Amino acid sequence: MVTIGVPRALLYYIYFPMWQRFLTDLGCKVVLSPPTNERILNLGTQATVDEVCAPVKVAFGHVLDLADKVDYVFVPRLVSVEPRAYICPKLMGLPDMVKHSGNKMPELLSPDVDLSRGKMSIARALSEARHTLGKSVWPTLRAFYLSLGENHKVEQRLMSGLTPEEAFHGTAWRRTPGVRMKVAVLGHPYNVYDPVLSMSLIEQLRRSGVDVVTAEMLPQHKIDVGLQGLSKELFWTLSKKVLGAGLYFVKTPREVDGIIVLSSFGCGLESLIADLLERNARRSEFPFMHLIGDEHSGEAGVVTRVEAFIDMVKGRSEHASNISSHGNLQHRPTSTT
Amino acid sequence: MRVTFPHMGTCSIALQALLENLGLDVVPPPPITGKTLAIGAQYSPECVCLPFKVNIGNYIEAAENGADTVIMAGGIGPCRFGYYAELQREILQDLGLNVNMLVLEPPLGMITEIWHKLSPLANGNSFAKVAEIFYFAWRLGKSLDHVEQTLNRLRAVEMLPGACDRIWNDTLRTVGKTRTFRELRESAQHIDWMIKTLPIRQQKPLKVGVVGEIYMLLEPKVNLEFEKRLGRMGIEVHRSLYLSDWVCEHLLPEPRAKLHARKVKRAAAPYLRGHVGGHGLETIGHSVLYANEGIDGIIQVLPLTCMPEIVAQSILPRISKDFSLPIMTLILDEHSGEAGLQTRLEAFVDMLHTRQAIATGVEHRAK
Ligand code: SF4
Ligand code: SF4
Repeated sequence: MVTIGVPRALLYYIYFPMWQRFLTDLGCKVVLSPPTNERILNLGTQATVDEVCAPVKVAFGHVLDLADKVDYVFVPRLVSVEPRAYICPKLMGLPDMVKHSGNKMPELLSPDVDLSRGKMSIARALSEARHTLGKSVWPTLRAFYLSLGENHKVEQRLMSGLTPEEAFHGTAWRRTPGVRMKVAVLGHPYNVYDPVLSMSLIEQLRRSGVDVVTAEMLPQHKIDVGLQGLSKELFWTLSKKVLGAGLYFVKTPREVDGIIVLSSFGCGLESLIADLLERNARRSEFPFMHLIGDEHSGEAGVVTRVEAFIDMVKGRSEHASNISSHGNLQHRPTSTT
Repeated sequence: MRVTFPHMGTCSIALQALLENLGLDVVPPPPITGKTLAIGAQYSPECVCLPFKVNIGNYIEAAENGADTVIMAGGIGPCRFGYYAELQREILQDLGLNVNMLVLEPPLGMITEIWHKLSPLANGNSFAKVAEIFYFAWRLGKSLDHVEQTLNRLRAVEMLPGACDRIWNDTLRTVGKTRTFRELRESAQHIDWMIKTLPIRQQKPLKVGVVGEIYMLLEPKVNLEFEKRLGRMGIEVHRSLYLSDWVCEHLLPEPRAKLHARKVKRAAAPYLRGHVGGHGLETIGHSVLYANEGIDGIIQVLPLTCMPEIVAQSILPRISKDFSLPIMTLILDEHSGEAGLQTRLEAFVDMLHTRQAIATGVEHRAK
């Protein structure tokens, strides 16, 4: 049986159920890399040029981690998953960056997913995958068709407030009773849910009795509300989620008490989107914090800042008076390192 | 309406001609200085790419001189440039500047569409007249490209140090200021004559190909004039992208340009499967083409955090190895200093000379 390694990185956090079903139905064995850890991060950092953003470094680490354990590592070339929108230039180049990085790299299963010109272009990706794995047409189509439903299955669990990891693998998180407040944690899923890249932000918030909402836990129609009234349609799928969710929260008071954006240093998309969101939040005096992490960020600095933010939000909602959030907002620290 | 625009090398010269010929009241942004960069960086998000910051600096300085409308290009992704204008508009608004942004979104393929989008700018000119004005700006841009390209080659072998720089300054002063076809033809002829009579040394200089992000390649004030520096060190400079490439891509797709693009894409194919936004694919493709043409070295220039060029940067070491060709990556931001750049360029050029000496067995005599 062919074994396929799936790196626990990048769009794994969105598409894993679908990928898994597709690959297993095709008769492959799926091996998932472990949650990001120091070793994986170091592997990735050593294999890439400095300038690459931390999530891509982590992805390299996962690929290398899987290298000797599997026949192929699944690194699709994700250009676009919807019309008129892209993922990110770096992810468009990722398979080639892996291939030519000068390290000994495993064989890649790397279909081209580009739906910017319509859904039918998926046919090309399927035929590429099929040829690499040596499968015939019908089983491939069948597997693909069956895999389409998988993501809907986990949707319910996501909407109930579980993170993708919890929703995919059936681990549950129990709320501790107590006075709750709710904070939105927004950012690209591979930042927000990665234990190392997020510096366990969600954990930390939950431990301090804060409910966390992320863009993945928000139904699409709410995100669309947020996106209404943008002067120009966004052409990045990931940013649509972040900005849509963020603007929705800013427009809908009392849905959450504050917004934390978590991004990577050097992320091109977030450099624009986080700033746009921050400007909107500031105009509505909505509590907002931007955490920028990179591969050197430690948890310690983040803990203090998050605590301060929670205290500020708490104070604000308790007094319901006009404690201006401005001080905090303008204190946008440049980096958490 | 007093219009302004962001600087981008010779592009802004052609654009200024275009707007003035349309009869608009044009307030060009003051030349880019350290102050422009500082202002731009101060009011832009920290991690955004350098061209964005310089744009902001240009807008603010132009607004101080009375501009109230900015003309800017848009885009459809996947790179940041296409969303620049949206955030820039908000930044200007939050600064309380009363500046309106007019964004020209591609593709402006169809003539009627161009007309429709530009009618607020047409200023009562007839369609034919506007078309002619556009054509003139295009010709002007092409002439400037041509001179710049030639000088980049000749600077390496000029007898009198600084002669090429003088011709370039003259070009900007004369050709750059022309507003009719006749003026353009006459001053271009004059510059041509100056170039033809330029005393040069008979020798074969080392050749360096320049690839990278287009803004950084086009805007000498921001790239610290690294091409001229190379020229002065006796290096013949071949640049992969010129203004006309940008125009073709963003505004008016041209069949010939398409053909060239296909060739570049094919050259890049073994290393990069498809486009990655910006000019990442071109960087790879041109590098391979240069390598096949027997260039002596390649320099990639990019602004910090530039996504497509980081993809290319990750792949270039492989090309360097496959063709055993030295490739240097220059990453610039608003803090980059001239001294540091000069040192790196000199080291690179020294290395090229050493390689050549080893290959041919001839010592290099310093220029
Ligand atoms: S979207 Fe940002 S974080 Fe993600 S790969 Fe692209 S640059 Fe990196
Ligand atoms: S090509 Fe590079 S510099 Fe230009 S907008 Fe894109 S990321 Fe920024």
